[in-house]
Amino acid sequence: MAEPTCDIPIEHRLRELAPQVLGVIARRFGDFALAEDAVQEALIAAFTQWPREGVPGNPRGWLIQVACRRMTDQARSDIARREREAAVAREAATITPTVDIESDMDPDDTLILLFMCCHPALSPSSAIALTLRAVGGLTTAEIANAFLVPEATMAQRISRAKQGIQNSGVRFRLPSVEERAQRLPAVLHVLYLIFNEGYASSIGDRLQRLDLAREAIRLTRNTKVLLPDSPEVAGLLALMLLTDARRTTRTGPDEELIPLDKQDRTLWDRAEISEGIELLTAALSKGSVDLYQLQAAIAAVHDEAVRAEDTDWPQILALYELLRRVSPSPMVTLNHAIAAAMVHGPAQGLELLKALDTDPRLAGHYRLDAVRAHLLERIGDYEAAIKHYRIAAARTTSIPERNYLMTHAARLAGH
Amino acid sequence: MKYILLMSGTRAGVDTYHAWSAEDIEAHMAVLQGIQKELTKTGEFVATQGLAEPAEAKVVRGEKNGLPVTDGIFPESKEFLLGYWIVDVATPERAYALAGRISAAPGPAGAPTNMPIEVRQFATYQPTSPSTDVEKCNVGSD
Amino acid sequence: MKYILMMTGKKSDFEGYAKWSKQDLQANVAFMRAFSKELKDSGAFVSTEGLGWPSEAKLVRAGKNGEPVTDGVFPESKEFLAGYWIIDVDSPEQAYKIAARASQAPGLGGKPANMPIEVRPVLGSHADLGL
Repeated sequence: MAEPTCDIPIEHRLRELAPQVLGVIARRFGDFALAEDAVQEALIAAFTQWPREGVPGNPRGWLIQVACRRMTDQARSDIARREREAAVAREAATITPTVDIESDMDPDDTLILLFMCCHPALSPSSAIALTLRAVGGLTTAEIANAFLVPEATMAQRISRAKQGIQNSGVRFRLPSVEERAQRLPAVLHVLYLIFNEGYASSIGDRLQRLDLAREAIRLTRNTKVLLPDSPEVAGLLALMLLTDARRTTRTGPDEELIPLDKQDRTLWDRAEISEGIELLTAALSKGSVDLYQLQAAIAAVHDEAVRAEDTDWPQILALYELLRRVSPSPMVTLNHAIAAAMVHGPAQGLELLKALDTDPRLAGHYRLDAVRAHLLERIGDYEAAIKHYRIAAARTTSIPERNYLMTHAARLAGH
Repeated sequence: MKYILLMSGTRAGVDTYHAWSAEDIEAHMAVLQGIQKELTKTGEFVATQGLAEPAEAKVVRGEKNGLPVTDGIFPESKEFLLGYWIVDVATPERAYALAGRISAAPGPAGAPTNMPIEVRQFATYQPTSPSTDVEKCNVGSD
Repeated sequence: MKYILMMTGKKSDFEGYAKWSKQDLQANVAFMRAFSKELKDSGAFVSTEGLGWPSEAKLVRAGKNGEPVTDGVFPESKEFLAGYWIIDVDSPEQAYKIAARASQAPGLGGKPANMPIEVRPVLGSHADLGL
């Protein structure tokens, strides 16, 4: 029996249902890795059949049935190969898909999945791949395409991720409150990495490839529903929204880079900015201050400035000073130097950069030269600025960035 | 991070390769195929390609009278690209390690070829990472 | 039939490019974008990649004990691959035509640079990594 036509495209529904179905199956059969494969196959079956036959009356039940059948088929083929396991397989084979299984569904299942997939034992690329598939409900092909690698490669990353989870001994249960507090940073980190990957510039690309930034926002929203009282999750979501609000203005019609102070602020997404600020305010009122909340606060100060020249740089400087204590890193120091330059003058900024010259983490990194070049330009040392713009251009692997730096140097050089 | 590992050789080098015994060539290919399998399992493999003989190489320089200006004459010393690997790895060191293994693939009498492999990172169309975007404020005059 | 079209340059060529005027740089970038789009529209496009700058290039050889020996020293005369297109066309002549177009990307003063584009057939599978 088909449902009446629904506004939500099939693939979006499937993505939302996927982790719920996986939770039920993993919980029932006790084998996360196999369950995850079975659910993938059920999703692919749905992708093929639902557009033809209509969305079933109980889409989640349908997926559960198909995934169950796959699990029992798997168990049966295991019987054929390994008779010793007959007892286990027999038990699995007698499970008939009924509504009972669906009632096994625990609202915490998706949260369990999130913590499992973002396990600190996994490499970032494995965690990202597995999270997008198991929690995001994306297909291997979609994820492979988003990262521009062959499907077989992405499938392997996911297999290895599942192996890593198995090796870590993590079981399908909700981590305790203390464990959750400890493991939450890893979850946030994976979501943030997915968001960062989402900034593919080419419009042509964006139309064909999955929008990872949007996926990250969706997953973070879902995480917020699961952890409504977490100021850290709210802070991360705020950061994503406040950054995403500027996405259409970061590149021009020829895919050229447009720096923040030259972006057309009338095109910034005001709804995302409002929501981001609201989330951030609520998060900060809880008294905690982590790196995502601070970055969100900085983004908010920028987003609230009607014109670039209205930017409250002293506020930004204060926030970077806080960020340097909460989450020090060479990038933070770099950004702090820029803010200091805006408030106290470029010479002060250049002074702060000196400390970074000996930091091995920034050795050969294009941004150090790019920031130095910018500050040298501001004090009027054009020759040195041009030199550093060109060094930065040679070091960056971003083509729009490279073009921007070279063109800027050319402009300074008088042509 | 995506890297391309470039394998090049002169025409003389290629002729030398053609003089290898069939067993040596097979042994060499087997090692490379093993590396490809391994990299697929680790999730690092993106692609590998061989290019045709240097004898089939052409250079095109613009057009004349509506036709491409083509020639196939190259100096003896010219290094031709013979093939490449594209890998997606977490660090540059990993890319160098993989290049080292490919370079160590056996040649005649099973000795490593020690062929030099050029390692280059791919440029991307991503403008920049959003975390650095915020402070990339270049207040220059236009 | 697949072909690779390669754009190369010596270190000095890259350094020269970095010093072009703003207009010349922009014209070149615009041409390359338009060219890729043409290729996509014609159905000949398979892939294109730009590579990092020669200053970032490394040369690796197998070392002792499985440790790679890495350095960044190349002769001044070395031709570095700057980028490539892989196309799928029906004949070598079509490949040369497309290469000729790429070759005419504007250079100094906005005039067609006629830079050399090397055209090579691409082999089928890894098994053909026939050196």
